[in-house]
Amino acid sequence: MASASRAIRGPGLSGDPRAFLRRLQSGDEIAHLTTLLFGASVLFITGLLVYELWVNSALARHKFGWAFLWTRVWDPIFENFGALPFLYGTLITSAVALIIAVPLGLGAAIFLAELAPPWLSDSLTFVIDLLAAVPSVIYGLLAIFTIVPLLREYGEPFLRRTLGFLPLFQGPAFGVGFLAAGLVLSIMIVPFIISVSREVLLAVPTDQREAALALGATRWEATWKVVVPFARAGILASIFLALARALGETMAVTMVIGNNPQISASLFAPGYSIAAVIANEFTEATGDLYLHALIELGLVLFLLTFVLNGLARLLILLTAERGAALE
Amino acid sequence: MHTSTALGLAKKALENRGKQPSADATAALSLRMKISDLNFYYGAKQALFGIDLGVATNRITSLIGPSGCGKSTLLRTLNRLHETLRQARLEGEILLDGEDILSLDVTDLRRRVGMVFQKPNPFPKSVFDNVAYGLRINGCKGGLREAVERSLTRAALWDEVKDQLHKSAYALSGGQQQRLCIARALAVDPEVILLDEPCSALDPVNTAKIEELLFQLKENCTIVIVTHNMQQAARVSDFTAFLLNGQLVEFKPTPQLFTTPADPRTEAYITGRFG
Amino acid sequence: MSLRRIWRKVVNGAMLSLTGVCALIAVSVLFLILGYLVWHGGRSVNWSFFTELQKPVGETGGGMANAIVGSAKLLLLASLIGVPIGFLGGVYLAEFGGRTFPFIVRYTTDLLNGVPSIVIGIFVYSLIVLRTRHFSTLAGSVALGLMMIPITLRSSEEFLRLVPRSLREGAMALGASKWKTILTVVIPAAYRGILTAVLLALARVAGETAPLLFTAFSNRFWSSGWNQPTASLPVMIFTYAIAPYEDWHRQAWAAGLVLLALVLATNLVARLVLMRPGSLPRS
Repeated sequence: MASASRAIRGPGLSGDPRAFLRRLQSGDEIAHLTTLLFGASVLFITGLLVYELWVNSALARHKFGWAFLWTRVWDPIFENFGALPFLYGTLITSAVALIIAVPLGLGAAIFLAELAPPWLSDSLTFVIDLLAAVPSVIYGLLAIFTIVPLLREYGEPFLRRTLGFLPLFQGPAFGVGFLAAGLVLSIMIVPFIISVSREVLLAVPTDQREAALALGATRWEATWKVVVPFARAGILASIFLALARALGETMAVTMVIGNNPQISASLFAPGYSIAAVIANEFTEATGDLYLHALIELGLVLFLLTFVLNGLARLLILLTAERGAALE
Repeated sequence: MHTSTALGLAKKALENRGKQPSADATAALSLRMKISDLNFYYGAKQALFGIDLGVATNRITSLIGPSGCGKSTLLRTLNRLHETLRQARLEGEILLDGEDILSLDVTDLRRRVGMVFQKPNPFPKSVFDNVAYGLRINGCKGGLREAVERSLTRAALWDEVKDQLHKSAYALSGGQQQRLCIARALAVDPEVILLDEPCSALDPVNTAKIEELLFQLKENCTIVIVTHNMQQAARVSDFTAFLLNGQLVEFKPTPQLFTTPADPRTEAYITGRFG
Repeated sequence: MSLRRIWRKVVNGAMLSLTGVCALIAVSVLFLILGYLVWHGGRSVNWSFFTELQKPVGETGGGMANAIVGSAKLLLLASLIGVPIGFLGGVYLAEFGGRTFPFIVRYTTDLLNGVPSIVIGIFVYSLIVLRTRHFSTLAGSVALGLMMIPITLRSSEEFLRLVPRSLREGAMALGASKWKTILTVVIPAAYRGILTAVLLALARVAGETAPLLFTAFSNRFWSSGWNQPTASLPVMIFTYAIAPYEDWHRQAWAAGLVLLALVLATNLVARLVLMRPGSLPRS
């Protein structure tokens, strides 16, 4: 059975049906196909999800078109629906959350990555990872009975006294509102910023740090001016990811935002977010148009998080390339 | 290394010899495996060029050469393990007992041609389960205990582990783990055993134990060993093949290769001028 | 020392301490949460909480037995849906497949992972609830199960990939075919990590409320079978917390404590017992 030189190609490239059947018999191909089907089911599910969102928002999309995105009105009685108050609420609360969480999270990450001894860093990170596991509804529960009264009695009056010249901090203090929601959100996204940023900072090569210190920089200067900039793409990615999470957060926000579809310059005012209005009004939606409008809001939310996640992934890819290029 | 050391090598090669094979490498002996005009490619890059080699039955053949010369690559074609790499491509013919290995069922081939790797790689299972693994997957259900004992004895490990058969393989020392891997490979009764630098991760004492083991094994088994240690090749093997840059430069009975190498490159390598 | 150098030293000290303060704040939040829940909820968790149903509005007392059982049912079916799909998909990505298709699968999985849970709720609502015309435990389970798929899939893939090549080659060199190698060597070597990931995924969906709001909805009574709406711990917490009744608030605290205790306990067991911390993938 000797044959002259015959090129044998690697697996997966067989054009020989007998070889295929042989592999099939040995179980490999069956395993391959089975697992492939399960892997492909994810594609199917996601496609179906987009399809269902699209189809079930048809009435609203056809009636309002693109204007849906900038219409201020949300009137179930006269069936006039616009997404603007919710987009505003979602974005404002997320912005507040980021403004609080990014410095806090980055600071903590710097501490954990650069200053803390390994045992401390690991145990604190463990605790912070546990924070990330706390369910949203529990944050909401706590927020209703702690943050809201605190803001109403002390926090917001204080801000009004000190920074009340800004329209942000004017108006009556209800406790619930954009500020409360933003505050809860910030606590919820801090763990993500910390853990991703910490990993990114730890991955910065030691010789970068050492080069700065060797030039006489203080530890802070070495960290802030060399290490953090080196890791900035990864840190930015962590912020994007945290933002994506914040946008989709439902329960905690629903419980403290005040459920009022109004746009207001003041952070003290009650407002609404996309996820919150869906959560509150979905089961009470009378009429198909109402329901479709809510589903269209869901579609908008989906697209927002999709874009953000895509950007974050791109950033992470860029950091990885850059790190690899330097090796 | 000096010429005197080369002479030392040659002396070693002349010791420990049983029958001395005749001059024309493996002419008079039966060949368990025969490689003809083997060319090997990683994607577009060619790694082996026109290799012709005969592996003599119940003898030890060693493959030597500097890093990157292709000896491990060549070894891995013998049990078609190269097929786990996507871009690997083989041209040429490799015969096992006269049959083209490319037409054999690959899992059957690998039962007949076993392999021991550079770094011991026992499975995260007990000692017993490691040795029994090959038997179980090949469908052997009865007589496992006897077979395991037989293999461990052949690998000179039985006495050391007979009371710890159900302990994790990772509890063994490095040398013991490597002998366990040998036992594991022996359990399925292979015709050929391929060893890829089996002692490079081990200390001299364990290395000596394994070399001793190889002498005993070759009575029933054909052995091909890749080694970067020339002294080892000289000590252990009957035939030595010297590879350089993917080509087979010289293939001879070991004493002859080390005393009277025909090719200047061989001489340069074994006298340490490079490598 | 010049003034500039003194200033730099001051800044150094201040900023570094500040980062420590940030870390302290972040960490103490967890303890504050726990402390508060234990304080408020601890007083209300009693035997009747675990055994009785909700009392009508206005009456005090009662418990959340049906919610606890409901959550358990939801999670059971959710794992039966989510884990096999995720695990086998992970096996595909780690062991088979070429370049483009696995890339698409991976990308889509991450996409699904990032979908807000309320949108998953809408999806399952339109898929199941609209068609069957009623809320059901099944719908709730499907929603939770879908959320488990991406986490399980990516974690399975990561842990399978971590199994060293030498182990696979060792098995193949003995004549094991690819699927046998995977089944008898690779998966057993990776099972701890995968189990950890599954537990963590379970803990994550156990606390999810939004996807249940319009799939499993809620139920004041026991829910039998899979086709009726069911109460669940997270939804009860939400409903009771925003209600105006003092007694309901008390029960919401109790439920919150029970839920958090379960979630944290699962996390601790998974992270500490099964795996060494620090070697886990991020969800």
